Amino acid sequence: MDDIISLTFLATLVGAAWRLATPLIFASIGEVFSERAGVLNIGLEGTMLVGAFCGFAAASATGNIPLGLFAGVAGGMLFGLVFAFFTITIKADQIVVGAALNLLGMGLTAFLFRTYYVSTGKGIEIAQPVHIPWLRELPFLGEAFFRQNLIVYSTILVAILATLVLYRTSFGLTLRAVGEHPKAVDVAGRSVLGYRYAAVLVGTGLAGLGGAFLTLGHSNQFIEGITSGRGFIALAVVVFARWSPIGAFFVSLLFGLFYALQLMLQAQASIVVPYQVLQALPYIMTIITLVVFRGKGAAPSKLGQPYEMR
Amino acid sequence: MAEINQGVRETVNSQATQAFYRTLSQCAISALTPIAAVLVALAFGAALLWLNGFDGSDVVTVMVLGSFQDTRSVGEILLKATPLILIGAGLCVAFRCSIWNIGAEGQLYVGAIAATLVGTSIDGLSVWVHAPLVMLVGALAGAAWAGIAGYLKVRFQASEIVTTIMLNYIALILTSYLVTGPMRDASAAYPQSARLVREAWTPRLVTDLRLHIGILVAVVLAVALYIFLRRSSRGFALRVVGLNPHAARYAGMNVARNVMIAICISGAMAGLAGAFEVAGVTRRLYQNISPGYGFEGIAVALLAGNNPLAAILSGGLFATLRSGSEVLQINSQVPQVLVLVIQGIVILSVVAFAKLRDILRIVA
Repeated sequence: MDDIISLTFLATLVGAAWRLATPLIFASIGEVFSERAGVLNIGLEGTMLVGAFCGFAAASATGNIPLGLFAGVAGGMLFGLVFAFFTITIKADQIVVGAALNLLGMGLTAFLFRTYYVSTGKGIEIAQPVHIPWLRELPFLGEAFFRQNLIVYSTILVAILATLVLYRTSFGLTLRAVGEHPKAVDVAGRSVLGYRYAAVLVGTGLAGLGGAFLTLGHSNQFIEGITSGRGFIALAVVVFARWSPIGAFFVSLLFGLFYALQLMLQAQASIVVPYQVLQALPYIMTIITLVVFRGKGAAPSKLGQPYEMR
Repeated sequence: MAEINQGVRETVNSQATQAFYRTLSQCAISALTPIAAVLVALAFGAALLWLNGFDGSDVVTVMVLGSFQDTRSVGEILLKATPLILIGAGLCVAFRCSIWNIGAEGQLYVGAIAATLVGTSIDGLSVWVHAPLVMLVGALAGAAWAGIAGYLKVRFQASEIVTTIMLNYIALILTSYLVTGPMRDASAAYPQSARLVREAWTPRLVTDLRLHIGILVAVVLAVALYIFLRRSSRGFALRVVGLNPHAARYAGMNVARNVMIAICISGAMAGLAGAFEVAGVTRRLYQNISPGYGFEGIAVALLAGNNPLAAILSGGLFATLRSGSEVLQINSQVPQVLVLVIQGIVILSVVAFAKLRDILRIVA
């Protein structure tokens, strides 16, 4: 038990938490954009799977990780385009389309993986940690914060950039207005549908990136259903974070902590709790956060509703 | 006088005929949409196979027709149709009330766990008591599991989409814990529970086949749910709440109670499906007792247009495709997950065709 409270354990835990939070950070910040524009995308899980698979396929063909990340984003956006066409142009129910895309994402990636990769069993080279000189030597902080790979570091950049775009640019202002008062945007002569398309593409692109991180920056393989519910957890993160990108960053870190705790406690022989209890931790915490931090008032008022032009 | 009567009768007759034809054409359109949706999905599946170097025509020859070879294979289709019809019909009720229960998979597992507990721990009951008891307990457990999400929704406004999905994972992990821990049959190499006592087994329909009476129960319950939704005042209230909760509240309906009833009905049906899987098929609880019936049930309900009666047909169709995809995997090494792609495309096509129909109606 001494091992658990030691500083090294804590440092490793925090470092792992940030790494495990990374896919959630990307996906939930993306979903903030989408939901702020009034589009609820429950197809996030399928989108992340597509990103994870495209990233893996591109990287295993070329051995180039940035190209893999790019493919993950592109795959996610392509999937997002389908979602946007059905929910924004055809004005179909967002939940129904999202559920269909989850099936499609799971099915397509598993189909292609089994057809082309499963027999080879070949892994890929993943992004290596970049140790930041001087800082990496710091006690505790070095291990926790300065020995990550570039994708993990980039989450800070994405969170700051997302906040600036959403609150400090005219694009962000209009995007938020589209989720609250689409008619006003329409009257002002801007395209509600265009902004919603943009929001969904940002959201699914980031979800694709989050998925690609799983195969390129975390595990070196694609596994069927590798996202294991992270797309759904990201939806809860957005509610907990009250639709703010910085909030989504920190809430994701909290969930990363649950994942890390689960993995590291499983490795502790002295723990008597069955490992399934720890396995269930992120899912139970998701339900609890939804109950404790319910913030209906903060939700975009037109969330989930298609916009009918007059 | 007689002439006037004659005239009135003719007018009435022609009105009745017109109304009849209108209903007929509406029925034809509402039957054509799902058929077209399935055809589009099959075409998509064929294209996917062809693009990846398989034989595209396999989709029709093997997936659709291949599983109708003998009574045994038809029995297997009906066996798979049982959970799909149960879950699909139950979800029709929830979806009609605008409750997005995505957690049928977890509710199925909890039903299976409860059925296993009752089927292994009690001994000495007559089959007339024990088999129905197992079904009842499975249904109640499924309803209770769904009820958690329902309660969190009406009490704390927690989105049932997220909570039901989280409860899926928790139920799966719970099952894995039980079959590797407290409920594990120590003598078996593979993690599984003890075998249910013989009296708890769901009676078979035909002696040589695995097919059990669950298929009859599923059809009867689907019809019952159809009548419930269409003819009862409670069913009416559920639909009003689904269409417009504010109007329902204004009309004096208890929205929270209707939401709870709708989600618990869908949970009970999924729990019953889980009970049938252990008591009728596997006789034991395993970690992977369902190949995703809970998720497939969503596609069943949507293809049926949230009509429990139509869920019997769409459940049968999806069971055929699932059986066929197994044959396809054995015959041509096509990954069986193709069936998920087809389910996804079916839902998207249903949505697209429904919109197309609206547009055509406006134009006409």
